[in-house]
Amino acid sequence: MSFDVPSDLYYLESHEWYDPDTGRVGISDFAQDELGDVVFVELPDEGDALEQDNQFGVVESIKAVSDLYSPVSGEVSDTNTDLEDAPELVNDEPFGDGWMLEVEGVEESELDDLLTAEEYREQIE
Amino acid sequence: MSLRTPPLRDVHDDAGATFTDFGGWEMPVEFDSIREEHAAVREDAGIFDVSHMGQIEVSGPDAEQLMQRLTTNDVNALDPGDAHYSSIVTADGHLLDDTVVYDLPDRDGFLFVPNAGHDEQMADRWTTHRDDWGLDATVENRTTEYGMVAVQGPNAPDLVADASAGDVLDLSMFETTRTEVAGVSCLVSRSGYTGEDGFELVYDNDHAETVWGAFDCQPCGLGARDTLRMEAGLLLSGQDFDAESNPRTPYEAGIGWTVKLDTEFVGRDALERAKEEGVDETFRGVVLLERGVPRHGYDVTDGDGTVVGELTSGTMSPTLDEPIGLGYVSADFEPGDRVGVVIRGDEKKAELRTPRFLD
Repeated sequence: MSFDVPSDLYYLESHEWYDPDTGRVGISDFAQDELGDVVFVELPDEGDALEQDNQFGVVESIKAVSDLYSPVSGEVSDTNTDLEDAPELVNDEPFGDGWMLEVEGVEESELDDLLTAEEYREQIE
Repeated sequence: MSLRTPPLRDVHDDAGATFTDFGGWEMPVEFDSIREEHAAVREDAGIFDVSHMGQIEVSGPDAEQLMQRLTTNDVNALDPGDAHYSSIVTADGHLLDDTVVYDLPDRDGFLFVPNAGHDEQMADRWTTHRDDWGLDATVENRTTEYGMVAVQGPNAPDLVADASAGDVLDLSMFETTRTEVAGVSCLVSRSGYTGEDGFELVYDNDHAETVWGAFDCQPCGLGARDTLRMEAGLLLSGQDFDAESNPRTPYEAGIGWTVKLDTEFVGRDALERAKEEGVDETFRGVVLLERGVPRHGYDVTDGDGTVVGELTSGTMSPTLDEPIGLGYVSADFEPGDRVGVVIRGDEKKAELRTPRFLD
């Protein structure tokens, strides 16, 4: 099975992605497939501080609970409140309407610690 | 220890299933999605490979006595072709397992179905007690010889009737017959684990693919089986009770009706005392009134911080679209009472229910 791995994003080994253009964070196509039907997403509040590699929330599928880790450090500038009523967006559009939060104040140097799309693709193959 | 493999493993793999270790068996957990499989069973029909369930046959002159003395329900009340749900308890009255006991319709003897991974323990228990009591009975562990599928859902009866040589629609709940399904001799019982009408079929493993292929309906994995049984408030052995880690009497587990104290069985005296004394905790359902998902191990509180119970199962109910849980709560609380469920340190509002969430 092949999974979508957009080339303009950066990734954590724990399957979260970060888009440097929009500041958005979510989980990968591979991760949503592994989880199965997503039924609940617990996110931080706007204004909360994130630390790279630290837990920022939880995603729950029908069968499992998984921690979410932040690809970057910064401040939460927005969260995707649509996920409260429609957590299945994470399954349907993990890189689109299933995004989880936006971060601002990210140091560009932190991108060096993340996986490129090519490196992430190798990890999940 | 290597996993035991169901005979249909390659068939499931070809159908795109993902697998999990369940009771030492490599079983399909999901074919399409748990939500789709769950909905198929509630609205149409689904088929489950449940070959991981134990199958133990007991025959011989003293078979009935052996069954009577090792299970809590009244085996003497069964006629050939009957089956019933029962408990297997320790001398202390704690559940070792729950099981279905079949009085075989076509010959003298019984088949009972312990849970996955318990077959060897139960076969040992049966033979040890048989020898201690000097009974004349043969105990045969058929788990690796027999396969089992469950066809469940509102349209399951028609599907099974179409595939069967004999009439199965006349069977009442837990009634059993032997008939051919797609030309394969099967023990067919009107029973299941989903809260729906349906049948469970036991057959010789050599014919597993023929039986599985006889039903054109949604293949379902253990994931959907778990969400379906939770909505129906049905116990999962090893999770909702466990003789080692969570010892419970049938009275605590809400299946006291499987205990017939006017019969003689291992654990009877302890259960008589337990019934007289009453239970401190009772198996209950909870529905969260706030966002979140209840899970195994989460504390139940009185809504004001004091712990009054613990959940043993939980999920987001696909049918009700509500977060539901099952567990043991102080008998001081009744269905309808407001309680709390502690999720990652936060006490979420919840309401107690009876374990069965379905209408």
